[in-house]
Amino acid sequence: MKILYFAWLKTKLQMTEETLPWSKERPDTDSLVRWMKSRGPAFAEVFSDLEVVRIAVNQEYIMGNTALNENDEVAFFPPVTGG
Amino acid sequence: MIRVQRDIFDVGAEMTALTEGRTDIGAVVSFTGLVRDINDGSSVTGLSLEHYPGMTERELARIEEEAKSRWDLQASLIIHRYGDLALGEPIVLVITASPHRQDAFEAANFLMDWLKTKAPFWKNERDKDGNASWVEERQTDIDAAKRWSSDS
Repeated sequence: MKILYFAWLKTKLQMTEETLPWSKERPDTDSLVRWMKSRGPAFAEVFSDLEVVRIAVNQEYIMGNTALNENDEVAFFPPVTGG
Repeated sequence: MIRVQRDIFDVGAEMTALTEGRTDIGAVVSFTGLVRDINDGSSVTGLSLEHYPGMTERELARIEEEAKSRWDLQASLIIHRYGDLALGEPIVLVITASPHRQDAFEAANFLMDWLKTKAPFWKNERDKDGNASWVEERQTDIDAAKRWSSDS
């Protein structure tokens, strides 16, 4: 899976993207977020308030927990501020 | 039509290009968003816009399709810039064309409201000391988008 981070999530994690192998520990977006929180202090902080983290899978906003596959692109970003 | 670009744009040229050779259009509305020198009471010296290439285009196309399904639009254009922008420069352009003015007015308003809450762009502002900070979403933008439907 390709994981992308944008805006302040990218700044705080000092990472724009990474590749994670699919794992039965994180077969969907809810479990992926739980796993992210356990990776260390920066990740725990970024994922502490999910009200301010949006999730897209394959460039579409998700509605609730979403199953993940090996070839998926998962993006984490804050509420958008364009326009 | 949608365009996501780094370069500045010319509102007049875009409007002319959109309506050139058309004699069926009766109304054209354009909205241009500019970089202001103040935000939430703090002075701003410059702006950088990050976006999510791929998803940005998909979301803008989806929003434009939604506008076409709701109003009688004969032509439309959304341009959104990314990268470094100077004060006073245009950030976003929405143009709508319809047989009569109300469709063009309302569709342009709708496009901006939905774009601001759905299109994956993030503003990073610089202050006079050169410090950069990510702009937070505004409740007024969320409320504005909600008036068009529950799906926002």
